[in-house]
Amino acid sequence: MSERAAKVTPTDEEQDDEQITDSAAPDAAAEEPAADTETTTDPVTSGAEAVVRALENAGVEYAFGVQGGAIMPVYDALYDSDIRHVTMAHEQGAAHAADAYGIVSGEPGVCLATSGPGATNLVTGIADADMDSDPMLALTGQVPTEFVGNDAFQETDTTGVTTPITKDNTFASGSDTVGNDVSEAFALAREGRPGPTLVDLPKDVTNGETDREPDAPTVPDTYEVQERADEEIVAAAAERIETADRPVMLLGGGVIKGEASEACREFAIEHEIPVITTMPGIGAFPEDHELSLEMAGMHGTGYANMAITHCDTLIGIGTRFDDRLTGGIETFAPDAEVIHVDIDPAEISKNIHADYPLIGDAETVVEQLGEAVDDSPEAKKWRAQCQQWKSDYSMAYDAPKDKPVQPEFVVEALDEATDDDTIVTTGVGQHQMWACQYWTYTEPRTWVSSHGLGAMGYGLPSAIGARLAADDDQDVVCIDGDGSFLMTMQGLSVAVREDLDITVAVLNNEYIGMVRQWQDAFFEGRHAASDYGWMPEFDKLAEAFGAQGYRIDDYDDVADTVADAVAYDGPSVIDVHIDPDANVYPMVPSGGDNGQFALTEDQL
Amino acid sequence: MKKGLEGPPPEERPTPAGRRNKQGIRIDPEVEATHDPRRTVISALVEHEPGVLSDVSGLFSRRQFNIESLTVGPTEDDDRARMTIVVEEPDPGIDQVKKQLRKLVPVIAVRELEPDAMRRELALIKVAADDPAQIAAVAEMYGGKTVDSSPETATVEVTGARQKIEAAVETFSQFGIREISRTGTTALARGTDPTGTASATAQPADEANHDEPYTADDD
Repeated sequence: MSERAAKVTPTDEEQDDEQITDSAAPDAAAEEPAADTETTTDPVTSGAEAVVRALENAGVEYAFGVQGGAIMPVYDALYDSDIRHVTMAHEQGAAHAADAYGIVSGEPGVCLATSGPGATNLVTGIADADMDSDPMLALTGQVPTEFVGNDAFQETDTTGVTTPITKDNTFASGSDTVGNDVSEAFALAREGRPGPTLVDLPKDVTNGETDREPDAPTVPDTYEVQERADEEIVAAAAERIETADRPVMLLGGGVIKGEASEACREFAIEHEIPVITTMPGIGAFPEDHELSLEMAGMHGTGYANMAITHCDTLIGIGTRFDDRLTGGIETFAPDAEVIHVDIDPAEISKNIHADYPLIGDAETVVEQLGEAVDDSPEAKKWRAQCQQWKSDYSMAYDAPKDKPVQPEFVVEALDEATDDDTIVTTGVGQHQMWACQYWTYTEPRTWVSSHGLGAMGYGLPSAIGARLAADDDQDVVCIDGDGSFLMTMQGLSVAVREDLDITVAVLNNEYIGMVRQWQDAFFEGRHAASDYGWMPEFDKLAEAFGAQGYRIDDYDDVADTVADAVAYDGPSVIDVHIDPDANVYPMVPSGGDNGQFALTEDQL
Repeated sequence: MKKGLEGPPPEERPTPAGRRNKQGIRIDPEVEATHDPRRTVISALVEHEPGVLSDVSGLFSRRQFNIESLTVGPTEDDDRARMTIVVEEPDPGIDQVKKQLRKLVPVIAVRELEPDAMRRELALIKVAADDPAQIAAVAEMYGGKTVDSSPETATVEVTGARQKIEAAVETFSQFGIREISRTGTTALARGTDPTGTASATAQPADEANHDEPYTADDD
């Protein structure tokens, strides 16, 4: 525990700074702020300034939000801060941008909104961060404390609404303590299994006077995170791995969040164990490596689903065995002894029983396993089988030049036109699955999507957050669907105003495509509320926002247009008119047997 | 144009022989292996602050944990409250209850109590006062006492384990029960065994995952 605590305490230098004002004689310190020439920041005078100081102490560089009555004191304090605030067009976008910032940078993304509708508009993004364990801090304005409970203007019980979708939330109860409420919420969002936290800020608390400097981000004493797994279970798991006939590693999003990608790669390559990822785990292992079987689950590759169904030893790391991965529990890896590595004890045996529960930090535990495993499993035959499945269930698709453009081709063209470290964000639906399947990911933190919640509209705002977290020389591409793009495209105004270099490719089939695909398979082709039949011209709409617009109708346009859009320095949108009948395969129907994935509709 | 991908169709693929039950545990198809629900008492030491009760009750409702009673009250430490929760779940469910509770930030310690832990409940039973002497006699039989009487009603207080309360309620029903209010179970571990303190936090989660022996119902 002390190791964890040490991680979040400030450096000596920072601590010295703080002690100037937060010492045994706070009055004296407040009167003589300029006594120490190294102190460049003024002492706080209000709750709002304490909130902003807490963010500064935490190293926050960006915040995403929308102004409003109850949050105005915080914005007023932010006005003097070096934190760059990105004014979003909608609070949902603020939450998604903060979420994506957290995914790419590893540090909590910060979003702000006012009370009432501001706070409720954040809810989708907070729920998304909660499902995907993304580090995020939401700060919401609230009506003054004396009005709380009176159904005041723009009052919503924000802590009540967000309790089930936050890792922790707090109603700030006083100006002297609000700074530390924010510091603690920041630390909680980041430490252990990450997740969204929220501090609700009544206007009287932020307006109120205080000279209390907030502490550096620190989790409460009672919050405990186990770093190292039980050595006995590690030894038993290692023995199981050594004697496995058909081992696979299943890497989840926790591998990326725990910075364990490198350790997992070393382990898999040294012991020649085939590697599967979950959707959030994409990028944890290079998909162009021979051992990679890519993603398993509902729209995973056939080879990954065959391997996960037939393995005898499943090493699951940082995964919660979500139903989209497992399909029916009864038929999930039914012959496998499960070694489950996770930092959250509650994930162990929640959905799939863990025969070897290893609780701890992914990187630490994989290194423990690395030390404990002496002999690689004898799995040559199994690896050959996996390679055979790779050729049996190839992802190769038909792309006849006289037919409408196939979406897979567009994804591959975008991948080709960009560097390996390019960040891909998506909305939710068919286009998201094609982006998973046909882009070759090789690096962690390059895949940004709404996995657990499946929130359409995630793509563009997350591209904005990802852009600001990414290195300047990294490209950011948003592969979106027409339905998803339409939900949050007002974010283009932000991208143009902030001059953000992002490329949005809208795979436009004028359908809610995934619903249309399911209706064809399970509802006798009755396209209830899924068939738009018409869409605005997204390239022209982009131009109206001041972004660069492009349009693709034919195969001949693809390579050049994609190259131009990626090269354009600023936000660009390509309206790609794809084959409206294109479907996503392979597919395991809900609750189905992974090994029985369908390759065509008639196999469903 | 053919929609889809090439490859051997589902019926031509090998399928493994094994299977898992609904709780994700591998089973021998020949053997019955689902876990039956059992009733147990979980004690949680929590921060004494607003919202903790709704955090805990919200957790139980959204994860569909089967809860029989939940009591909460102050402890020897002004900053701490103790919640006593009676749940009825199969072993994997009880395990989840403990781990999910422990994840709530204001929850300091969680423990499943041994079958021999002291478990008590208080009931107020209001009956028609047609036969006060007989009511007093029955109350005494259950170690209870009459706490209120009026020309028409008598109210008896009984404390004890759940079965005792239930037996008392059944016996009192002969007088014609007007109203009953029960507190739900509160409990403490016996002897020097701590029920849950800040220092003795949750048991190591690795161990928590291993199957625990079946514990009998109440005391």
